[in-house]
Amino acid sequence: MRKLPESVTAWLLAAPMAIVLALFLVAPIVMIVAVSFWGATEWSIYPAFQFDNYAFLLTSEVTWRVFFNTIKYAFITWVFTLGIGFTVAYFLAFHVRSQTWQIALFLLCTIPFWTSNIIRMISWIPFLGRNGLANAALISAGVIDAPLEWLLFSDFSVILAFVHLYTLFMVVPIFNTMMRIDKSLIEAAVDAGAKGRQVLRYVIIPLTKPGIMIGTIFVVALVMGDFITVRFMSGSQSANVGRMIQNDIALLAYPSAAATAVVLLATVLMIIGALLRFVDIRKEL
Amino acid sequence: MTTISKVRYSRRSLLKAGGAAVAAAALPAPMVWGQETKNITLRQFGTGVSNLNEVATKVKEDLGFTLEMTALDSDSVTQRAATQPDSFDIADIEYWICKKIWPTGNLQAMDTSKIANYDKIVGTFRSGKLTPDSVIAQGTAPHTVGFTTGANGTGFVQEESGWMTLIPTIYNADTLGIRPDLIGRPIKNWSELLNPEFKGKASILDISSIGIMDMAMVVESMGEYTYPDKGNMTKEEIDMTLGIFTEAKKNGQFRAFWKSFDESVNLMASGEVVIQSMWSPAITAVKSRGIPCVYQPLEEGYRSWGGGLGLSASLSGMELEAAYEYINWYLSGWVGGLLMRQGYYSAVPETSKAFMSENEWGFWFEGKEATDVITSPFDAPLAKAGEVRDGGSFYDRMGAVACWNAVMDENQYMVRKWNEFIAA
Repeated sequence: MRKLPESVTAWLLAAPMAIVLALFLVAPIVMIVAVSFWGATEWSIYPAFQFDNYAFLLTSEVTWRVFFNTIKYAFITWVFTLGIGFTVAYFLAFHVRSQTWQIALFLLCTIPFWTSNIIRMISWIPFLGRNGLANAALISAGVIDAPLEWLLFSDFSVILAFVHLYTLFMVVPIFNTMMRIDKSLIEAAVDAGAKGRQVLRYVIIPLTKPGIMIGTIFVVALVMGDFITVRFMSGSQSANVGRMIQNDIALLAYPSAAATAVVLLATVLMIIGALLRFVDIRKEL
Repeated sequence: MTTISKVRYSRRSLLKAGGAAVAAAALPAPMVWGQETKNITLRQFGTGVSNLNEVATKVKEDLGFTLEMTALDSDSVTQRAATQPDSFDIADIEYWICKKIWPTGNLQAMDTSKIANYDKIVGTFRSGKLTPDSVIAQGTAPHTVGFTTGANGTGFVQEESGWMTLIPTIYNADTLGIRPDLIGRPIKNWSELLNPEFKGKASILDISSIGIMDMAMVVESMGEYTYPDKGNMTKEEIDMTLGIFTEAKKNGQFRAFWKSFDESVNLMASGEVVIQSMWSPAITAVKSRGIPCVYQPLEEGYRSWGGGLGLSASLSGMELEAAYEYINWYLSGWVGGLLMRQGYYSAVPETSKAFMSENEWGFWFEGKEATDVITSPFDAPLAKAGEVRDGGSFYDRMGAVACWNAVMDENQYMVRKWNEFIAA
């Protein structure tokens, strides 16, 4: 049997994946981009090539405010998830000596993820409410006289829920890269006279960067694309881009929703592009 | 304490019913001679209020065919009726949705001569007048979008043409819900929603076409402005209305906005909110937890809504006959009784009377004192002997309607402004 030329074999091997990606990733995005130029009436959408959707979107002050709000949520959530995620991963990787314990504690982190993320989010509502557990505890401890109103249906509760929901997405990749740091490097640093802080600053953090970056991409993408957390935790009083899209879809304004989605996609890609300039993930993995 | 509402029986049992219906469709019973109707399945979808599992069961019992039901929120209902005409046979929608959907041609007109109880349907849905001397309320009043020119009519006509777009099935008069125990004084006007006394303890619903009407009631009650037609505002009126509410929002008047029934129940039951726009079964749900809650009648009147059944344009032949049979059955009283015992009204109230006890009829329809415990069709106690329905009798309540849920000419503009309000 004649052997196929090498280039053909390579193409054939790549084909299944390429087809899957083309059908389920590229085609939908192309469709969204196409529809974003269409027009809409109250009950129908019609093919067209017009810039109305973008014109309205980009000239509306509300859009800018909502995008700013979305990025604000993403940034604050990122700071907290990174801080907590890094600390947890560091503890697991370097302070817990036995591998059994490492695995056990790591699994412990994942237990909350056995329930739906909506449930995890909604369970904050009775906790933070005006007559909720947090306020009741603070009042009975004598810390406050009147219930704190800002605990629920505020930016605070939105970010709290985000941090709670997404910290694990930071822990996992950081823990993973930390586990693969050659311990002899740390010993060498210590032998060379580095203090704990210096080891962290010059050895561990640089070597953990790919993990931090992967975690960052997860968190940023999840928060920027969210709509349900913002809706429930802000009591519908705040908006982010996801909610804008959801509102448009609910009102049958698909073209306008598509245009918003395209702008959001571009924004997220730019952010991730910028992040990847700092670290070459592929090289480091 | 807020908990996930326990009153989701309708949705949940509906899912079960849906599952059973799918199973029934996949495993049809062996063909029985001369009983072709047994194999007919009608697919109905609509908002949760009247999409009850009990109805499907009773249809199977009384008429022999299968009714498959899907419950969706009003936005999704509109979307589906407009974009997927082949996914349903019967649409259970509200009149303002009909105003949006009818021009798509996805529904077909119904011949009123085939509707047995047509003459008994209350005036609101035919001439627009509940009693001969009623004043027609503002907004998308059902009779304005209830009739079309003929079998293939695409527009609406204002008189009884013999061709109906929707057969009315269910309606009610909505108002503000309050927690009398936390407010401690009488509430008489819509303007109380923006009263600084309730700063951080008020809520309004985040469904633009309904919310804007509640807002208009508040603005008029405050004496800020009198609309020529609340149901069809100009751009300036929309800006002004939402401007007043945006300012209130920035001042922290609202605790939250709600979109689903459950959210409104939880906000009220937990005491996060003491005054808000609400739907009548939500009041019932709060009360059934033993928490005082009143559906407060207000001097300016009610904001009303109505729903009906529409037939898909693709229905024909035996399915179409079955659909007519179903609609006639719907108006013949059993469903009416089921709905009226939950506090809604039936389009043909007199046929429902036979399916209600004298006590129930007196309490729900005539506004009389209950002579005995009033329970819901699902056996939850709703009122004790001696209690009176908030707002009184059918004629007191439906006669005091100030406006109907509406779709405006400037709807798209309003929706954009609404989104700005939410983002503000």
